[in-house]
Amino acid sequence: MNHWIAAPIILPALVAPFIVLAARYHIGIQRVLSVAGVLALIAIAFGLALQAFDGTITLYQMSDWSAPFGIVLVADRLSTMMVLLTAVLALFVLLYAIGSGWDNRGWHFHALYQFQLMGIMGAFLTGDLFNLFVFFEVLLIASYGLMIHAGGNARLKAGVQYVLFNLIGSTLFLFALGSIYAETGTLNMADLANRVAQIGPEATVGIRVAAVLLLLVFAIKAAVVPLHFWLPSSYAEAPAPVAALFAIMTKVGAYAIIRVYTMIFSPDLAATAGLHGYWLMPAALVSLAIGMTGVLAAKHLDRLVAFSVIGSMGMVMVSIALFTPAGIAAALYYIVHSTLAGAALFLIVDLVRTGRGSLTLTPQAVLAGNALTAAMFFVGAIAMAGLPPLSGFLGKLLVLNASYDSPQMVWIWAVVLGSSLISIVGFSRAGSILFWKAHSVTPEAEAEVMARPHALSYVAVGGLVTLLVAHTVFAGPVHSYTTTMAAQLFAPQPYISTVVDTPGKLSIPKTGDH
Amino acid sequence: MEFLVASAIGILTAGGIYLTLRLRTFPVILGVSLLTYAVNVFLFASGRLTVGAPPILRDGVSTYTDPLPQALVLTAIVISFGMTAVVVMIGLGAFLGSDDDHVDDQPQTDEDRSEDAS
Repeated sequence: MNHWIAAPIILPALVAPFIVLAARYHIGIQRVLSVAGVLALIAIAFGLALQAFDGTITLYQMSDWSAPFGIVLVADRLSTMMVLLTAVLALFVLLYAIGSGWDNRGWHFHALYQFQLMGIMGAFLTGDLFNLFVFFEVLLIASYGLMIHAGGNARLKAGVQYVLFNLIGSTLFLFALGSIYAETGTLNMADLANRVAQIGPEATVGIRVAAVLLLLVFAIKAAVVPLHFWLPSSYAEAPAPVAALFAIMTKVGAYAIIRVYTMIFSPDLAATAGLHGYWLMPAALVSLAIGMTGVLAAKHLDRLVAFSVIGSMGMVMVSIALFTPAGIAAALYYIVHSTLAGAALFLIVDLVRTGRGSLTLTPQAVLAGNALTAAMFFVGAIAMAGLPPLSGFLGKLLVLNASYDSPQMVWIWAVVLGSSLISIVGFSRAGSILFWKAHSVTPEAEAEVMARPHALSYVAVGGLVTLLVAHTVFAGPVHSYTTTMAAQLFAPQPYISTVVDTPGKLSIPKTGDH
Repeated sequence: MEFLVASAIGILTAGGIYLTLRLRTFPVILGVSLLTYAVNVFLFASGRLTVGAPPILRDGVSTYTDPLPQALVLTAIVISFGMTAVVVMIGLGAFLGSDDDHVDDQPQTDEDRSEDAS
């Protein structure tokens, strides 16, 4: 058995307590340990992604208990890609946190950060629904700590909202799990896929309720309208590096929807057919429209970026809700793009805050480090609004192409193109107010001079922007890889048989074994 | 017994939702606690209701109760307990700091924000 699959979860779980216990008063040692941990995580994630590249599905049985009795970790193309994306994002966000000094404005930033990574990695790798709940809770409880890092009344108030919303989401998740267990007697995803398919057409009431409840839970995580209300305040008030890391958290919801609704409640399952077409698609289109309208309506730069995250999640969900291999492939390409672009924009917001002192979208004196910050905002905004030449444009093109044969094609094209126009107007308005109109304002004589952001901050943002450019340049190979990923998702039989048939303790003996 | 358990879950959930919709920290936290109690009982019942049956294999016993929901419920209780403690602390901090216990966004002025930004 290959033990490396457990490493992305175990490593942060060991680094975090070590930071708390051994280095709690030494920010320097904490930084070294944290960066070393994330670098090792990238190496492991890269190795796992290479291993899964040719379509191998690797299984890890905790304590050798066979599924469905034990808990399993499964690494296939999709989960290893998400793990790698998380690890790479974590490195740049961590560098920014160190460069800008955010990690030293409160206690235990690095420990909480590692716990957060542990939860996210676990959610991507687990093959068990209850375990998915547990990892959701791990990543949430770490995110509660990170969200209110450095304190402040506005942040605490937003934190209360965020925690309460997610507590209610967790309760719903438990209701969904209870109904699934009552209907099928298992919570292992592969085993569930087998058993749900065997439920007769007259007894589907319970499982249909469970499918809808589960979709609601994941939609809360993915911030799909009308379940997005937690996002704008908490992302805007959270410390910038934390908000940037949270860019991957909405993707955890999208990942869970892709995983559960391709394998367990697959599109051709009669009981839940139509769930995505009738419910998810309109909700996704509305999220896209509302998110991008929010970009235009926002009065503060941080809210603007938070709404653009809702809009880009809407785009991801539109593509997922098609539930065709082409749609999922486009969604996966867009997920990578939107994570990097969202994170970069949240960090740029903090660069503006450092150089200007305020995020209000009104003309004010020129901010410190104007030219470089403006250039980075320009690139980030182009990527997020989906203008050529960056990956946002390519991703949008893939989504439009995937929806060409859909019966809702007119709606999808109208909303995607219309919302793009609105977001372009919103971003260019914000950019011109922040960076151009500033030159027409004469600064007050005794105005305090704001410090320029630290060089490492620019390195971190520049790294994310470079990754965005690379994601554009290598769009061809990346998209063909996400296409094979989607093909693997739509043929779940190898996954299911790997999980269910691998022998371990307590496995059901095959005929002829004895 | 089914009726009693089902109505207990229903009443707890209804009370929880009502309190959650009050949008002030204290009732909302109480409401979320009620919801977690409801979901704990619900999870417990998801393995079917059996009285006085052992969960572990034993000689001479023909009816068993499902042990898995008990393990699930234990995890759920621990997690919801911890989460409630966290939200009480954050809520208390927010209330003491801003002297306001609304959970929803209140209209904000720009002065508020620049004061709090750090």
